[in-house]
Amino acid sequence: MQAMTQASLRYLPLLLLALGWEVTARFNLIDSQALPPLTHVASAWVDLVRDGELVDNGAASLYRGAMGLLLAVVVGGGLGILMARWRLLDVFVNPLVELFYPLPKSALIPVTVLWLGFGDGSKILLIFLGCMIPVTIGAYNGARGSDQALIWSARSMGAGRLRLLWDVVVPSALPELLNGIRTALALAFILLVSSELIVSQQGFGYLIGYLGSTGAYEGMYAVVLTVAFLGFAADRLYQLLMQWLLQWRE
Amino acid sequence: MAGIEDTASLATAEADVTHDAARRLDAVFRGGAGVFSVLLVLIAWELFARSGKVTAFMLPPFSAVVERIYVDAVSGDLWINLGLTVARAMTGFVIAAVLGIALGASMSRSRLIRWFFDPIISVGFPMPKIAFLPIIILWLGVYDVSKISIVVFDAIFPVVTATLAGIAAVDRELIWSARNMGASEREVMWQIKLPAALPQILTGLQVALPISLIVAIIGEMVMGGYGLGGAMMSASRFADSRGVFAGIVEIAVVGYALIKTMAVVRRRLLVWHQETAEHS
Repeated sequence: MQAMTQASLRYLPLLLLALGWEVTARFNLIDSQALPPLTHVASAWVDLVRDGELVDNGAASLYRGAMGLLLAVVVGGGLGILMARWRLLDVFVNPLVELFYPLPKSALIPVTVLWLGFGDGSKILLIFLGCMIPVTIGAYNGARGSDQALIWSARSMGAGRLRLLWDVVVPSALPELLNGIRTALALAFILLVSSELIVSQQGFGYLIGYLGSTGAYEGMYAVVLTVAFLGFAADRLYQLLMQWLLQWRE
Repeated sequence: MAGIEDTASLATAEADVTHDAARRLDAVFRGGAGVFSVLLVLIAWELFARSGKVTAFMLPPFSAVVERIYVDAVSGDLWINLGLTVARAMTGFVIAAVLGIALGASMSRSRLIRWFFDPIISVGFPMPKIAFLPIIILWLGVYDVSKISIVVFDAIFPVVTATLAGIAAVDRELIWSARNMGASEREVMWQIKLPAALPQILTGLQVALPISLIVAIIGEMVMGGYGLGGAMMSASRFADSRGVFAGIVEIAVVGYALIKTMAVVRRRLLVWHQETAEHS
């Protein structure tokens, strides 16, 4: 009970913001075209869910995001760990990681469109390329930090190369790898929404742009808030996952 | 749900990646190995593009892209676009830095301000703020005000959390002894807390800088007009692939230069700090 009160006191400012929004819009302090009342936005959200538009476009977006991120985690994570263990690869690939790291990832949007068109493929490629760098850096740092004594003792107990990687190097690389993936998760949302806003025929970003251009601002606000909430929720869920994956430590 | 601490950890996660990459970037390029590998990539690009395995539309040769950049530089278009993009990104970045440090400092001093902004910052940080771009356009139009506002909106979060965390970690005894010697709250903030928190604040700024550039370019791509992002989009609409690749090379150079400059600024500002001594 006390925890409940504490939590509601903590999140009270958000409620105040929502109330402020509603009052501002109701009394027309700002043009109600530009700022529809929150209650109207909520009913527009219900309509969008009912006629399936939000669900269909949302599913398209989440599919692209999940595929791109999954590829980035598998390829980037594997690459980072192998780079840390295998010097030859390190020498060749590390400078490339350095080269692409400072590139503002949004610059890749027109190129992926040029290569793969307006559909799923270009978004998945964009998210994969953009998110791979932070995952690789995280895995590389984590794997390089793994305790040499552990590696020696595993070897002396007869562990093969693969076994060694999986049982010793991967777990010790995990905390930093997971941090890298968290950065990538946030980046994936940014790249997904912006590429869909710019060129797309489906997805959250497309729906936001479409509703905005037809003057359905209540619906536009509803989709924007949905995407923002999903980004927040994904980060919090990922944090829970991280805690669960790392509970063997300590 | 632990509130802003969770968000601070997202900032640290991003900072770890950013910081480390910037440091290694320095080491590699100073060693000259980087120049060699960059050359290797460029040669591979040139050869692959000329091999006939891909069309010049999919991947124009690097030499053709350089020629294009040269033509744009001579005609002056390059400097207009480049200047506008950097000006928008940096204006947004500086506003976000000033507002973010001010807000973080006020949150550390006043419980009321902290209570009000804590959930807003901690919920807002992990959100994809770029989704609000159409709303900003609806309010402010498609000109510079919108393009800069979205940068501020996106870049301010890591600055606030870094400032707040930095001030919270300042040695209590420093603050007590300053107060004992009769320093006012204002003096404690300016002469003790902010300087002592500077390393963390700078790390927050180093996270915010690439965000500023990414978002400035997205804003230009969505809203059009002059600027590197706008130029790339119109090149892509006219199926002008040399223009698109010229844009990538230009943006990569700008990104590299800005991040490098920021690392130099950090070393200059932290000459007194042990972090600098360790590196030199």
